Amino acid sequence: MTLFGLDLVIPLKLLIGIAVVLLPAGTTVYLYLFKAVSFMQSRLGPMEAGPYGSMQLLAEVGKSLQKEDIFPAKADRTVFAMAPYVVLMSTFLLAALVPFGPDAYFVDLDTGIFFALAVSSVSVVGILMAGWSSASKYSLLGGLRAAGQLVAYELPLVLAVVGVVIQAGTLNLQGIIAAQTGGEIFGWGAIGNPFILTQFVGFLIFMIAVQAELTQVPFDMPIAESELVSGYMTEYSGMRFLMFFIGEFATAAIFGFLGSVLFLGGWQIPPFVTDLLGIEADSNWFNVIGPLVMVVKMLVLTFVIYWVRFTYPRFREDQLQTFAWKFLIPLSLVNIAFTGLLKVVF
Amino acid sequence: MALVPKGLIKGLGVTFKELTKTVVNGAETVQYPHEKEAPPTRARGVIALHEENCTACMLCVRECPDWCIYIEGHKELAPPRRAGGKPRSVNKLDRFDIDYGLCMYCGICVEVCPFEAIFWSPEYEYSEPRIADLLHDKTRLGQWMETVPEFEPYEAGAEVKAKKVPR
Repeated sequence: MTLFGLDLVIPLKLLIGIAVVLLPAGTTVYLYLFKAVSFMQSRLGPMEAGPYGSMQLLAEVGKSLQKEDIFPAKADRTVFAMAPYVVLMSTFLLAALVPFGPDAYFVDLDTGIFFALAVSSVSVVGILMAGWSSASKYSLLGGLRAAGQLVAYELPLVLAVVGVVIQAGTLNLQGIIAAQTGGEIFGWGAIGNPFILTQFVGFLIFMIAVQAELTQVPFDMPIAESELVSGYMTEYSGMRFLMFFIGEFATAAIFGFLGSVLFLGGWQIPPFVTDLLGIEADSNWFNVIGPLVMVVKMLVLTFVIYWVRFTYPRFREDQLQTFAWKFLIPLSLVNIAFTGLLKVVF
Repeated sequence: MALVPKGLIKGLGVTFKELTKTVVNGAETVQYPHEKEAPPTRARGVIALHEENCTACMLCVRECPDWCIYIEGHKELAPPRRAGGKPRSVNKLDRFDIDYGLCMYCGICVEVCPFEAIFWSPEYEYSEPRIADLLHDKTRLGQWMETVPEFEPYEAGAEVKAKKVPR
């Protein structure tokens, strides 16, 4: 595809990539952070900007853009300025991996899920940079807490995914999706084998660990507003704060995508539906239906994330670490052993 | 830890029930500028001044914890009550201002006024872009009198406690 001799593929991919990060983030923030939480508190939430307040997010972005970009006097300016980009970079790297259809993906790595979990922890570096360079005690404490928490919950996240990988027999995200559609539960293959059914414990651990990775509420010690003002984001304002904000909620949406790839069958629909429609499981149709299916599944999973977020109060710091090291990690190890055993048996 | 965390699941149920309730029945809150709630008649909205009753006795000024009431007055000679008597000296009110930027709506001035000159009104929409405009002078305070609700009889047995009956 060229226009006036210019190669349009890369700019197009860039645009779609930005859309893949921003659109799900905006949708989930509007639907859940603005609306669902308001309904849970018996209020309507934003109603003025656009129909039912749907343009509220644009107003918020506009507000953030015109704010002053403040650097604390003793801040390490370079690191302070770079930190939000590092966090956002991890989000974009994650988004690049998500498959939306048989051909609708940016990259298809053989070690897809391994790479995804690896780049998702890059955000820790950004958060530590933000916490350290702000020259503020709240930021520093928040950054250290975030580092401790993200390292602790990285393990159950990886270990929960290992169960899926054992069952699918591949690290490739497309392969995991194919394994779910082509699989069958005790010889019954009408809905394939979505790993949420056969890896239910793994799914629970995955969702809990994702909640902690995103520092959403029961696990929001790093930005505990009653203790640390706003944690590592305390000193940020305007555009850079907005980038942390986008990073947080876009990552939530992308973890929703990853969760639906790993546990809900990704862009595929149950085999009996494809049989009914009379289309092949990897036909071109899925490049159109696939993204929609993914968005629906992502919305379900992110709803759970925000539902939990707005239901529970915060853990204490030691409870958080105990929960990860003494409960989730042993449980996920048992899950791996059990999955391995069953893999050998069947 | 229990195998099935019942309390946690119950908590999720509570929030989800509230969500569906709001979607189906609408919210408990009111979309303020478009629809307004009528405050209860004894709500502490704004303080109204019944100027004829004020004798500039300064009791409210002295009792005000925020010092937000400003009174200035002068003495005047009024005609005697009975023919042949001496002319009376009465206080005339020159200035009666309440600074709503300072007022904390404690209602002590209303309680303390011995001449039934200060009343509560449930009106609450008098915000101003400039803080200086929150200083209401006696004409403005007098205009609030129109919004003071008629006195509602106290509940049975409450008269013993009520020191005065407004209006």
